[in-house]
Amino acid sequence: MKKIKEVLQERILVLDGAMGTMLQRYKFQEEDFRGERFKDWEHPLQGNNDLLSLTQPHAIAEVHRKYFAAGADIVETNTFSSTTIAMADYYMEDLVYELNYESARIAKEVADEFTQKDPDKPRFVAGSIGPTNKTASMSPDVNDPGFRAVSFNELRIAYKQQVEALLDGGADLLLVETIFDTLNAKAALFAIEEVKEERNIDVPIMVSGTITDASGRTLSGQTAEAFLISISHIPILSVGFNCALGANQLVPHLEVLSSRTEHAISAHPNAGLPNAFGEYDETPEQMATQIKEYVEKGLVNIVGGCCGTTPEHISAIAKLVKQYDPRELPTVDE
Amino acid sequence: MFDNNTENQSMNKQQPTKYLKLSGLEPLVVTPETNFINVGERTNVAGSKKFLRLIKEEKFEEALDVARDQVEGGAQIIDINMDDGLIDGKEAMVKFLNLVIAEPDIARVPIMIDSSKWEIIEAGLQVVQGKCVVNSISLKEGEAQFKQHAKLIKRYGAAVIVMAFDEVGQADNYERRIEISKRSYDILVNEVGFPPEDIIFDLNIFPVATGMDEHKLNALDFIRATQWVRENLPHCSVSGGVSNVSFSFRGNNPVREAMHSVFLYHAIKAGMNMGIVNPTMLEVYDDIPKDLLEHVEDVMLNRRDDATERLLDFAESVVGTAKESKVDLSWRTEPVQNRITRALVKGIDQYIVEDVEEARQAANKPIEVIEGNLMIGMNVVGDLFGSGKMFLPQVVKSARVMKKAVAYLLPYIEEEKLLNPQVGDTEGAGKILMATVKGDVHDIGKNIVGVVLACNNYEIVDLGVMVPPEKIIAAAIEHNVDIIGLSGLITPSLDEMVHLAKEMQRQNFKVPLLIGGATTSKAHTAVKIDPQYSEAVVHVNDASRAVTVVGDLLQKETSDRYKKAIKDDYTIFRDKFLKRSVQKEYKPIAKARENKFKIDWNTSEIVKPKVLGIQVIEDMDLEKLLPFIDWSPFFRSWELHGKYPDILTDNVVGDQAKELFADAQEMLKNILSKKQLKAKGVFGLFPANTVGDDDIEVAYQSQYDNVEGNTEGEKKHLVFRTLRQQLKRREGVPDYALADFIAPKESGREDYVGCFCVTTGFGTDALAEAYRKNLDDYNSILIKALADRLAEAFAEYLHKEVRTKYWGYAANENLSEEDLINESYTGIRPAPGYPACPDHLEKLTIWELLQVEERIGVKLTESLAMWPAASVSGYYFGNPEARYFGLGKIKEDQVADFASRKGIAMEEAMKWLAPNIADD
Repeated sequence: MKKIKEVLQERILVLDGAMGTMLQRYKFQEEDFRGERFKDWEHPLQGNNDLLSLTQPHAIAEVHRKYFAAGADIVETNTFSSTTIAMADYYMEDLVYELNYESARIAKEVADEFTQKDPDKPRFVAGSIGPTNKTASMSPDVNDPGFRAVSFNELRIAYKQQVEALLDGGADLLLVETIFDTLNAKAALFAIEEVKEERNIDVPIMVSGTITDASGRTLSGQTAEAFLISISHIPILSVGFNCALGANQLVPHLEVLSSRTEHAISAHPNAGLPNAFGEYDETPEQMATQIKEYVEKGLVNIVGGCCGTTPEHISAIAKLVKQYDPRELPTVDE
Repeated sequence: MFDNNTENQSMNKQQPTKYLKLSGLEPLVVTPETNFINVGERTNVAGSKKFLRLIKEEKFEEALDVARDQVEGGAQIIDINMDDGLIDGKEAMVKFLNLVIAEPDIARVPIMIDSSKWEIIEAGLQVVQGKCVVNSISLKEGEAQFKQHAKLIKRYGAAVIVMAFDEVGQADNYERRIEISKRSYDILVNEVGFPPEDIIFDLNIFPVATGMDEHKLNALDFIRATQWVRENLPHCSVSGGVSNVSFSFRGNNPVREAMHSVFLYHAIKAGMNMGIVNPTMLEVYDDIPKDLLEHVEDVMLNRRDDATERLLDFAESVVGTAKESKVDLSWRTEPVQNRITRALVKGIDQYIVEDVEEARQAANKPIEVIEGNLMIGMNVVGDLFGSGKMFLPQVVKSARVMKKAVAYLLPYIEEEKLLNPQVGDTEGAGKILMATVKGDVHDIGKNIVGVVLACNNYEIVDLGVMVPPEKIIAAAIEHNVDIIGLSGLITPSLDEMVHLAKEMQRQNFKVPLLIGGATTSKAHTAVKIDPQYSEAVVHVNDASRAVTVVGDLLQKETSDRYKKAIKDDYTIFRDKFLKRSVQKEYKPIAKARENKFKIDWNTSEIVKPKVLGIQVIEDMDLEKLLPFIDWSPFFRSWELHGKYPDILTDNVVGDQAKELFADAQEMLKNILSKKQLKAKGVFGLFPANTVGDDDIEVAYQSQYDNVEGNTEGEKKHLVFRTLRQQLKRREGVPDYALADFIAPKESGREDYVGCFCVTTGFGTDALAEAYRKNLDDYNSILIKALADRLAEAFAEYLHKEVRTKYWGYAANENLSEEDLINESYTGIRPAPGYPACPDHLEKLTIWELLQVEERIGVKLTESLAMWPAASVSGYYFGNPEARYFGLGKIKEDQVADFASRKGIAMEEAMKWLAPNIADD
């Protein structure tokens, strides 16, 4: 199988779309989330999407399959919240290794299926590493700005556990994503470096921040360029943005990245901005039309979707990017 | 241990140009073009006694001010050091950094974490998201530790200062500096894989002119070593603490300042690109007197054997005085266009008349000054505003300068016209009519939009407030305007706008219609107004967008396309909106009443007011209202978004907010000292019970009881009609109406309700008009915005008085002003026209009950807006379970019921409640 770095030289890669949006279609109820194994769990589990990798693995595999069939080159594991910190809401800290391992395994199985069918288009699994639900450089208490709900070391340890399990389960790359606080991401990158050193391996890392609003900054206040500088200290495969904004609104920020880095650039925006009801209603065609601007300007190497996107969106994006060259990258010769 | 070599290779392969890149909230990229990077050092307990004292005494707020002052003073990086025997350095570092990170105006710059203890450095690295500089590491403790620390620093994502220090000691001559830096560099780059651009060498600046021979070369060796490092160790930087060099001249600032400048002049030429310099201790190199310069350079560059003695002798003749900071007026010497542009951008009107006069004398015709000089300046203002680099209050100040300039030129232009009558009027960019619709008195937003458009060369025909539709139509025809802009704040104004759109259609108007104001929305515009008028209708709710929209509408090239796009957009929006609203389900009013909010009237505590009846406050002392002002909405009215007081230090709008706030304080001072505004209030507390489900019956005595002494007047009744939620929601959630908070008659218990009206608006219009006449829109808008805030503060103040004294149910309440603003008290004061009771009609009942107009002079317009605009009215509910809620949409069954309860026609009820009636 070709290495992802080589494929990136050849074409624009397509990342999958939203997992949550697809899972909503199954209308899973509390008992579906619990399955047989957790039927007596003491705390409510509905909404714990990551748990479905254990209780409804076929649904997870089916979503991955749909995205691959729509033309995705990379799917993300169903592990956005699979850290001890985020799983504390469900008292499932002890299941973190299994959640990550199984999610990676399921995705890898489906990916291999597709790669076998069409070896010219290798499929990859990105281990999704979310921001957790706590911020290391902001206080949750407005009256106590110096307070922090989580420390760098707590994050580093939690992320390390997640990274190890994702790699054990078969993830080909790691995607640190939806970064609203760069310090959280730095803890994840620190943990990845530790694992790489201990195992003496290299693993491609994708880093994806989130610009929260029209201010053009992350939630923790950094501009796009300051964010880029803050995460550029370790070798990464790509840097980009996802979530919070629709494809249109991301353009200026992608331009900043594109002109200031030689890493690959990724973008997986939402299907527009949420409407008054919190729904994302941009159609695949609308989204693809906007993404056309990315590719015409040569801004991206990897593109996919975040909240509200579906296999139909990904299919429209895949058809579009096929006609364009990727953003130019410095050649690799290893 | 360091076998991870793939990293190094790929690192070296990338980026042919490698610059030191650091970040706080914002980036700092050090390129050959960037000037010397100035590191602030006042947040260093080793260097600043004041800072040490503040940290020791845990005065972190003041310590933050030290950091802020440095950033404001131009420091591009701040050095933070907590190394002192008497403080817990690690704890202090983490605590201070956490606080710094929460201050965007400080955290925008990168941080230099400065300590001789590794554990403090590492603790610091773990709390900062940006790319920091570690100050410092060295080979002092051997290679193993050096490498270990460097590897971790890299993993934490920081740059590093490397001291020229090794196992033997500190480098104190040229050769040792080179030897140690070369060795450090090779280890870092080749063994650790440290990016060379992230290495900064501190090559040790030592004092000169100490009288000791071995110190003679201190400056020169540093400068030469700097040059060697920059030439031989690719991509790295050189830094140092400059004040050391003049250590032996402590007490003689003029000489020290000259020494710093001379040293920097040569060191920077040699490649020193960063350092710790106190900007107030620096003379401009070219300004150093020739003789002093010569003596100092002799010492620095070791040009003579007796250089030190000569400088010491000379120094005695240099009498030192500290430099004073003064207002920089150097811009006054620039060409006239620059001065005019600057005056407009900065909003300085002090010199505008003399500058405009100078421009006029240079011009062929006075009009050219407007079309040329002033428009060039205003275009700069427009560009800066458009790109978010200027904020609304600044633009309004620019407009003030512009108006002054134009007023000065007008007589000359008139004169010119008499001389050359053939010269016609110049054509502006377009004419825009602006009006607040009939029945509405609010105009702050409209005025702001008008000013900003005028700044962009549009001519504004402002018809003021409460403008009837026929007057708008007539004025539009008379002035042949290009656009009509309507504004309104209260809900009945929405109908007025619909009406005007119909009228424009009927009279075959072609000009675009702009809609703005607090209650307007894209939804209302698209659903209710747009279908009435076949030309363009655009909802514009802020001044910055108004400029673009008007531009798009009037520019010949874009106009047609834009109008069509807008029309299409609103059609699509409308279709979607209408499709959506049918998804909502409502319950019949009878069902909603069954599900009312139930208070247990057997046990619920009802406090009888200490004073029943009506009270009038004739002349409220405004001073007492100041602590009750909620400033956040004030900033919002100027399109500065953020919460007070944080907004004052906001990264983006902080400076502007501070300035606006200072102007507001100044004006408040004037208002208070000159008693420019008059505040009056009336309120009453009455026995009341709920009757039926949704009506509150109020018992009161005839209107003269409080005027003519306390003779028992005739008992009378009035009824407040309340509205009930009907939207289907989750099981178990009640459907609220305000009547639920008052005991029903059948409970057999006497309950109470209150109502009030307060105003601070008397005097506002006259003041605003006076400012306007004086061409000062800025202050004209400011006074109105302040009057609004004072009225809200009055309402808050009076509510507190009622809770704690007159009604007295919360006699022991002890809440901070912030709690008050957050409404964390018991009881509510909902206002007609707002979410819990959006129906304005009940104001009529309050007016009748309290005799508001007779007692304090506040009137209701035909749309039931209060005049003066800076007025607030509402009810008081004292039950501990009373809470604010939003009525949401209601159905026609309730409207019909409401109409019959109130004894008004269904059509009339429909008209007043229209914004709250759900579409079928």
